[in-house]
Amino acid sequence: MRELLGQAWTVARKDLVLEFRTRTALLSAVVFTALVLTVFNFGRDPTAVATIDLAPSILWVTFTFAAMLALNRAFQLELENGALEGLLVSPVSRRSLYLGKLLANLGFVGVVEAVGLPLFVLFFDVPVGPVLLPLIGVIALATVGFVSVGTLFSAMVVRTRFAELMLPVLLLPFLLLPLTYAVQATARLLAGRPLSEVSGWLKLLAAYDLVFVAVALLLFPHTMDE
Amino acid sequence: MLSAEGLRHTYGRVVALDGVSFTLAPGQTLAIFGPNGAGKTTLLKVLAGLIRPQQGRASVAGGRRAVGWIGHQSHLYGHLSVMENLLFWAALYGVPSAERGARATALLERLGLSDRAGQPVWSLSRGLAQRAAVAKALVHDPRVLLLDEPFTGLDLAAAAELRNLLGELRGAGRVLVLATHNVDEGVELATDVAFQRQGRFVQLAARGERGAAEIAAAYRRAVTDA
Repeated sequence: MRELLGQAWTVARKDLVLEFRTRTALLSAVVFTALVLTVFNFGRDPTAVATIDLAPSILWVTFTFAAMLALNRAFQLELENGALEGLLVSPVSRRSLYLGKLLANLGFVGVVEAVGLPLFVLFFDVPVGPVLLPLIGVIALATVGFVSVGTLFSAMVVRTRFAELMLPVLLLPFLLLPLTYAVQATARLLAGRPLSEVSGWLKLLAAYDLVFVAVALLLFPHTMDE
Repeated sequence: MLSAEGLRHTYGRVVALDGVSFTLAPGQTLAIFGPNGAGKTTLLKVLAGLIRPQQGRASVAGGRRAVGWIGHQSHLYGHLSVMENLLFWAALYGVPSAERGARATALLERLGLSDRAGQPVWSLSRGLAQRAAVAKALVHDPRVLLLDEPFTGLDLAAAAELRNLLGELRGAGRVLVLATHNVDEGVELATDVAFQRQGRFVQLAARGERGAAEIAAAYRRAVTDA
């Protein structure tokens, strides 16, 4: 277990160093997030639907599509100079590789979300102050869910043509459940409902995370066979 | 130390490996000569554990950790420096952290890359990147070295230096498997010579006292005979 986690951390650290050194995908994702929130802000009619009703969906649609950018690049960067082949020849276990990519993707998406959340508050003027901690909990649980599935699919499509198109097509159906749970939980938090009303959605998100991280760990080695 | 028994692998109707068997002991170097598409790279990938053969088995004493691979691509990350790349791969291969820096420094010195250690790989010429790839393959002191056209891109001096280094490794009891379509490359390193055509070893024998010209003539006969 120690070796598994050690190798995973080595891979994750390398990915994060590469990303923060080039900053291409990170900057793209942050700018994308800001643009989507801006478009939603100006593209809605505040007299027709109350902001508080619309905001949770906007937040999660934005985070989901921004995460796609991260997930697309996760394995793309291993194609440079055939590094993926090097990883597969090395003694690093396939599961360590998956966990490493998962950790790096979580770091990447976490940064995008950390920038996106204040922008969301700024644009939509929603009262997140009193519910900030539980909201961060919802975001963290939902992010683990869709990044765990996304990392698996990212590996599946990386050696296919049109990988950037294939990933959303394959991934979005699997995101319906965590997105539904996240939107429901976020809506209740922003409406000032008691935490007891949110706990059920949080448990569902946690269950989704456990199931899909386990399934991804099981399936990932098969996606890497040549 | 390294054995292959009855290896067979096909890509659709194309037979890449057909009944390939051999065993190598410490200090032996097998040079595999064959035209493009003969199945040399597939054989090396099977030996490295990248491809599971449809029939037969290959085994390396010590498993993946004991294997070093120099292939068509460098496996290096362009936005990491040469030294960062070596430290990353050394960590993945389980080299103790206290030894990584010293090993990487010694290899870079040996390969004439000391002054390039801090330079990002993307800024290196092809020949220098190939030298860095050789350093990457040796950083964990592998007992078995798989080389797929290792001299490609090297200038005469670097190719001579690589030949010296490989000669030393053979003398130190390492097993080398060298695949190339160019008979002039690596003949003097070989203790055993195989000619591969359409996935089969049409000849496998000790090199003995044969020189490059003699082997080149035998190779031409072997790959052109019906």
